[in-house]
Amino acid sequence: MTTWVIAEVGPEGPAESALELLTKARDLGGDVAAVALGPGATGAAEALGAHGAATVYASDDAIFEEHPGSAAAHVLAELVGAHAPDLLLFAGTYASRDVAGRLQARTGTTLMANATDLPAADRATTEIFGGTAIVEVALEGPAPRLVLVRPKSFAASPSGGTATIVPVTADVPEDRRGARVVERHAEAASGPKLEDAKVVVAGGRGLGGPDPFSILDDLAAAVGGAVGASRAAVDAGWVPYAYQIGQTGKTVKPDVYIAVGISGALQHVTGMKGAKRIVAINRDGDAPIMQLADLGVVGDLFTIVPALTEEVRRRAGS
Amino acid sequence: MNVLVCTKFVPNPSGTPTLGPDHLLVRDGGDGALDPGDEYGLELALQLTEAGGGQVTAVSMGPEDAAAGVQRALAMGAAEGILVTDDALRGADALVTARVLAAVAGSRPFDLIVAGAESTDGYTGTVPVTVAELLGIPSVTAVRKLEPVADGYRIERQTEDGYDVLACPAPALVTVTAGATEPRYPSLKGIMAAKSKPMERLALADLGVEAAVTQRVTAVTEAPAKAGGEIVQGDDAVARIADLLTDAGVI
Repeated sequence: MTTWVIAEVGPEGPAESALELLTKARDLGGDVAAVALGPGATGAAEALGAHGAATVYASDDAIFEEHPGSAAAHVLAELVGAHAPDLLLFAGTYASRDVAGRLQARTGTTLMANATDLPAADRATTEIFGGTAIVEVALEGPAPRLVLVRPKSFAASPSGGTATIVPVTADVPEDRRGARVVERHAEAASGPKLEDAKVVVAGGRGLGGPDPFSILDDLAAAVGGAVGASRAAVDAGWVPYAYQIGQTGKTVKPDVYIAVGISGALQHVTGMKGAKRIVAINRDGDAPIMQLADLGVVGDLFTIVPALTEEVRRRAGS
Repeated sequence: MNVLVCTKFVPNPSGTPTLGPDHLLVRDGGDGALDPGDEYGLELALQLTEAGGGQVTAVSMGPEDAAAGVQRALAMGAAEGILVTDDALRGADALVTARVLAAVAGSRPFDLIVAGAESTDGYTGTVPVTVAELLGIPSVTAVRKLEPVADGYRIERQTEDGYDVLACPAPALVTVTAGATEPRYPSLKGIMAAKSKPMERLALADLGVEAAVTQRVTAVTEAPAKAGGEIVQGDDAVARIADLLTDAGVI
């Protein structure tokens, strides 16, 4: 049995999701390898090896950034053809979905998305209806099975191993490269990343517009946290997509999650129910989020949030 | 410009979804809707054809009830609809769905295929790019803006911290993010006109696709319920939250 982890990498190293998946792959037994395609791949090999990859198939070629999805899918299809792995684990992100979806057309094998666990190499579970039901699925048919796993489903732990790097040639025919990135526009972010923050302050429809997010910024700054949002607030254009927490968007597991003006739709709950402590501030005491909250506060967020920020500053200063 | 828009009829997104005895999502019984995530792409497609000519065709795979979703697309302004419906497709997985959609697209000329980023019931999110690979065409996901240019499309793609601009040859497939456009409501005139627009019904045999099943639900269990917390209001609420933050060690 051979499991491959398709690692997302960058100049700052492998994504946490890759280390989580390697930890799970070790538990499943058999041979474990990682595939890292894109700038930073070779540099990531040490960390991938330390988390259980005996082999890292690596290419630092910029083509994987210039042609997102299609270039990696082509090279991966060739690698799969040559080495015949049984199971491929991907992070459940937009970038990895694009690779896995195209790869599936080439392999013609089963693909499962949104997995939250793999009890065995041919079985995966997923949570539905906002995590209220767990579905176990048998993955059948020929190998390789393709499984996209929700980030933060497992805790990464090192194995202390060392990987052998196998250089991969990024040989992608012109007609398989697809669309090409010609410009990049990135906005600089401040404070901790949403996925890493110990406190997340998230706003929803109850904020009523983009401007009130400034009171969440103030609270997040006071507690050293990050600001997120529900899909409703993102779809309304109040905050950028990078803020979105939920089934669509990011999965967060902070020490404290403060949901402000968020009703608690299943879509949102999927991305935050793993928080250690949940606080909900909402006008409606019957909102579904109140069922999930360790502490539910019924009241006017425009009064409570600034008062809380003041109180936090007072306590932190004393 | 001819645009195919892939649409899905999903259980009412604001209703309570249920599983049948076969562990499959209950998809019939009337309480369903065109996936709200599809309307952004449909709107984009309608704007493109209104500006540059051509027509929009709405394609869907689903039970007979899914005709209502295609009807909604027609009412919004699509010129024709195609519904692939077949008992053998019950519980079809991502690959079978992609093969069906690719077979439909492969049987007619198109310049662009538009889909939602993911369905609001299954959230798999891979079907569109699988369709693109099966057709051998480029794809761009998470699109927030698209304009036709001389040699294809100039596309703005939503990224984590901003957006990328991509040059994409035609024909191509794109998935459109929620909020990229402001979907129109069907007018009364549109709803009336939709009734006389053509809707083609196809079965698997018409497309030469086989419905092989590679996933089987073996168990559905209830997740352990979370013990309800405390609900407070009034003057000490702020202090209570601050206490919780202190206990958590974050202040």
